[in-house]
Formats: sequence, structure tokens, C-alpha cells
Amino acid sequence: MSTILAFPVALPLVGAAFVALTDDWTPKAVKEFPAMLIAGATVAFSTVILVRSERVTLVHWFGGWHPRHGLALGVGFVAEPLGAGMAVLAGALVTASLVYSWRYMEEAPRLYRVLMLVFLAGMSGFALSGDIFNMFVWFELMGVAAYALAGYSIERLGPIQGALNFAITNTVAALFLLFGTALLYGHTGALNLAQIGRSLAGHHAGGVVIVAFTLLVAGLLVKSAVVPFHFWLADAYAVSPVPVCAVFAGAMSEVGLFGIARWYWTVFSGPLDPHAHAVRDVLLAMGLVTALVSAVMAFLQRHLKRLLAYTVISHVGIALCGIALLDSKALAGAANLVISNGFATAGLFFACGVLLREFRTVDELLLHGRGRALPFLGVVVALAAVALVGVPYIGSFLGHSTLDEGATEHGLRWLPPLLMLATGISAGAVLRAAARIFLGWGPREDSLLTPEPPDEVPETQASRPVMVAVTAVVVLIGIGLGLAPGLEDRSEHAADRFRDRQAYVERTLDGKVRRYGPPAPVVLHRAKPSSIAYGIGALLIAIATAALGLYRRRVPATARRAGARLLDPAVAGLKTVHSGVVGDYVMWITVGTALVGGVWALTLHGP
Amino acid sequence: MSYLPYALAAWLFVVGLYGVVSSRNLIHLAVCLTVMQSGTYVLLLAIGYKNGGAAPIFRPTRHKAVDPVVQALTLTDIVVSVTVVALILALALGAHKESGSVNPDEIADFSG
Repeated sequence: MSTILAFPVALPLVGAAFVALTDDWTPKAVKEFPAMLIAGATVAFSTVILVRSERVTLVHWFGGWHPRHGLALGVGFVAEPLGAGMAVLAGALVTASLVYSWRYMEEAPRLYRVLMLVFLAGMSGFALSGDIFNMFVWFELMGVAAYALAGYSIERLGPIQGALNFAITNTVAALFLLFGTALLYGHTGALNLAQIGRSLAGHHAGGVVIVAFTLLVAGLLVKSAVVPFHFWLADAYAVSPVPVCAVFAGAMSEVGLFGIARWYWTVFSGPLDPHAHAVRDVLLAMGLVTALVSAVMAFLQRHLKRLLAYTVISHVGIALCGIALLDSKALAGAANLVISNGFATAGLFFACGVLLREFRTVDELLLHGRGRALPFLGVVVALAAVALVGVPYIGSFLGHSTLDEGATEHGLRWLPPLLMLATGISAGAVLRAAARIFLGWGPREDSLLTPEPPDEVPETQASRPVMVAVTAVVVLIGIGLGLAPGLEDRSEHAADRFRDRQAYVERTLDGKVRRYGPPAPVVLHRAKPSSIAYGIGALLIAIATAALGLYRRRVPATARRAGARLLDPAVAGLKTVHSGVVGDYVMWITVGTALVGGVWALTLHGP
Repeated sequence: MSYLPYALAAWLFVVGLYGVVSSRNLIHLAVCLTVMQSGTYVLLLAIGYKNGGAAPIFRPTRHKAVDPVVQALTLTDIVVSVTVVALILALALGAHKESGSVNPDEIADFSG
């Protein structure tokens, strides 16, 4: 059988124990290499799984507990291309961060490496597992490692606050997941996703199923940070060490989205498909609000890590829209977006780390013009911003264009322009910061931007060439994926399979192997004119946003005052809502869950 | 099987959630999280309970037994929650060391 499925989890876990044990005896010069090698080997295994899973869905039952007569008792891993791809993405980013953070961590570097490996195991396990309780355990494992990594500098108040907000909100989310899992188990007597899916199919959605669905989705919406479940994310990202942020941004939020898609299509699509429009409307509304609100929040930040955190939330919103359309094209678009934005954003966080090392701050205004000393990094940052915009054929363009096509097929012609607006604003915020830092454009003061307490940065012996090189490589991957020939067809094919519950269930429970044709031909499709228009539109909006951020003073005074009167209350309101107090955040989670659950209770019932 | 355990599970979950939202003390907040968690334990055990069922040990005789799966889930869940609570308490301790307070309102260093 496919024993290889165990490796993306077993290898980093055993490796973490190995590093913890041997680190003290390893010579200082090579101390950092074991963890890098282990993470690299994990990526290799995940990649092999990805390639093999394109032909046939791989299944592995731990301890040889195969299902008998279609009944699964054991815990199984199931790999199809999207899940395996998620594991590859997580592994690639963890490996990049471990290389990047060579000599970066001054305090307790051993624990850092161990935690990163455990974190990787949690993400890979979540992506590959085919058992709902097992997924909950991976979710918690990834969570615990992430809380500890976020609060890494425990002798400073900022990281403690960020890590506490992160830990508490995400623990509440985990409890939602567990409650939902328990309800499903009580209802169906099964924990295996395929088994639950089969047992729910053909029945109407009852109260228990709707409550379970709401709790499971709400729990993952917290993890992926969708408005109004998102508050913890900016706090956690602002204080986490830079290499950790890169992994959080590129992989962790996306793992949450992946879980929503996985659970909808393998578990709930049977009873909920007749009401797909209700599921779609709720998720689409949340995705849109997330994309737009966070893009504006990103524009209001001067702390670079916080700014990037809000762009991450905005991208999560856009990807959620892709999932919400419940369609292969849009799902493929979301997957491609996650990959290219993941790498580009990780690269931007890495660039922040270089700035921190050189200038000991990531405050956009304090860094005004100082980036001129690092022209190469400036170019890399600009390229990353372009990748985020999705200029035709570059970076996130592939994801955007596929998503747009999916939306248009559903008759939602208004969706792509709104997503273009969100992309443009958040990328514009990044461009503004880049122009201010690396070109010295714009004023040194801006009262609109939220002031932050100063960073206290520990000394680091990290090597700048290594850091810049990793940054450049990661950004180039993010840019290049838009041009990868054949990726569009392959991802659509993968999305088709991901949505095929019948095939998943039969493969898992009955062992019925379906072989899929050879990978799609290696061609680069010509994008639709509308997609190209949206790509260029997003670029124009981004440039306009950046210009507005830098040269607002040159706007005629009357227009400026009118704009201020219109927007100031909204901006002040947005800033007040992001209070930094964890009780408020959990309140928002509760309200959000109640609203989503309320709408679904009214709309998902009956035949 | 009565509905009482389910009502209790929901009550513990909601009352714990209320505690987390309204808490002005991080230690208290961590305890509220464990109260929420206890709600899930009660729910799991209630789901697996059978009237007159004994422990799921089938030697020497086979008899009516409660569902062992949910007990395994509860145990796993307890282990996981201990880790999380330990971490939150450690962070609370750090917050107290740095700011002299365990009130989430007072340790809020940044916002917006």
C-alpha cells in the first residue's frame, strides 16, 4: 500500500525529536543543518506523493486497519493532488524559512527548530488525513506549535499579547471543531470522512447536520482568519519572528481554507448540495467583506508586518470567494491564488526580516528612504508586489483569471471587479510602503496610519546574503507559477477530482481504484480579454492607491476635506473594532458563528 | 436516554464561552476554556453512553457496553487541552512578569 503517505508526518515528527535530542552535541557550525535537511526531505516525499496522486488517489491505513465491507475503523490518510499540493506548499515554506533563519534566532534556537518541524507535521497531517477527529488533532498540534512560535520572544509584552490572542481564539475555534465532530459522530457513528459522507448522502440536512456544519466551518474560518473571525491574525503576525510569519502567511491560513473545502465536498455535499446556493451566498458574502475590509485595513498600517498581515487576510477572502462558488474552475483558481500569493507574501515577510536586521525597525515612516542602501531588495519587493497584483501572466494572474472565469460562468459578473478592487488596494498598500522605503517618496509623517509601539529587536548574526537570496528565490517562485505551463489544466483537473465525493468514498472505503489520464498537455492558455482587463485594472488601482497614500496632500483641499468627512468615521470605526483585547475577539467569533448558523438554519433545512 | 447530558454539555460550552468573552483575568480565562472543553467531554461521553452498558471489556463474557471510541476521543482531547492550557498559563505568567497585570485589557500593547 501507499506507506509513503506516512512520511510527510512521521519524518518531521521523528526529526523534531532527533533535533531536540542531538542538538546539544552537534557542533555549532552544522547545528542548523539537520532541521533543514529533514524539512527538505519532507518536501521531497510530499512532492513524490503529489506526482503519484495525479494518476491515482493514494490511500494508507495506519496499522493495517483496512475497511471491511465498506466500514472504516482505522485512521486513514488519503492523498489527491490538492491535499498533496497543500503539504508541498507547507513543506516548501518551512524549508525556506529554516534556510532563511540560519543563525537568525539568538535565543533558544533549538526549540525554534523543533517547533517548526512539529508545525510542519501538523500542517501536512491536516492536509492528508481522511479522518475528522485525526484532522482535529493535527489542527491542535499545528496550533500549539504556532502559539509557541508566535510568543517566541516571551520577555516582551507585544509577543505575549499577540500569542495569547492567537492561542485563545484558536483554542475556542478548536473546541467548535470538536463539538461539531462529536455531533457528527453521534449522528453517523463514523469519524472517517468518506464514511460520514456516505452515511449523510441521500438524506435531507437535519438540525444536527446543520449545527455540526456551522461549528466546523466557523472553527476553520477562525484559523483562516475570515472577517469577523480574523482579529487575532494581525496581532499574532505583528509580533512573531519574521521566518515564522512567512510560514503563517503562506501556509497556515490556507490550511484552514483547505479544510473548509475538504469537509464541504467529502462530508456535507450530499445533504447540502440541494441548498448549495445558501452555502455559496454566505461564504461569498464573508469572502468579499474580508477581501475588501482587510485591504482597507492594510492601507491604514505603517507597521510593515501588520500591513502584510492584513493583505494576507484580504487574499484569504479572495480565495474563500473561489471556494464559495462551489465550482471546479473557481476552486482551481483559489488553489493557484493560494500558491502564488503564499510565496509572494512569504517573500515580503522575508524582506521585512532583512529590513529589521539592517535598521532594527519595520515602521514604514521611520524607514523612509533608508532602503536606498538595499536596491536589490527593493527590486525584489517591487516584484513581489507585482505578483500580488496579478499583472497579466505574472504571479497571481493565473489564479485570478481562473477564478474570474468560474464566477462569470455562474453569472456573477459583478464579482471579478470587486475582487480586482480588493487586490488593487492591498497591493497598493505594499507598493506605497515599498516606494516610501526604497525610493524615499512621499512625506515622513502620515497621521492616517496607525502608530505602533516600537519594536525591540534582539541582535542577530544572521547572514544578509542568505536572507536576501532566500527572499529572491521565494518571490521568483511566486511570480513564475503564473507562467508554469500546464498548471491551469492540471489544477482544474485536480479540483474536479477534489469535488468528486463518489470517487473519494469508493476509493477510501471500497478500495475501488480509478486511474486518471496522463497529466494535461503542457500548454499555456491565452487568457480571456476580460481577465487581462482585470489584471491591468488591478495594477492601475494599486498604483492609484499607492499614489494616494504618498501624495494625498496634493489633492485639492476641498476634495480632500470632503473625502475625509466621508471616510473618517468609517476609518475610526474600523480602528476601534480592532481593539487588541481577546474577549472582544471571542465575542466577534461568537456573533459571527451565530449569524452564519442562523442563516443556514433558516436556509439549509428540508429537501 | 435522557436529554439532560446534552443540555449539560451545551450549558457548559456556552457558559465557558461567556466566561472567555467577559473575563478580566487571564488565569480565570484559561479556566473558562477548560469549562468549555468539559462541555465537549460530556457531549462525547453522552453520545457513547448506553443504558445499562458496562465498561467495554469483553472478556470473559460478552455484554452490553458503552462506546469505547468516544472515551478514546475524550482522553486524546484531555491530553491536547492540557498542552494548550499549560501554554496559555505560561504566557499569562510572562504577561504578569512584564506588565504586572493579568488583565487582557491592560496588557493590550497595540491595536488597530
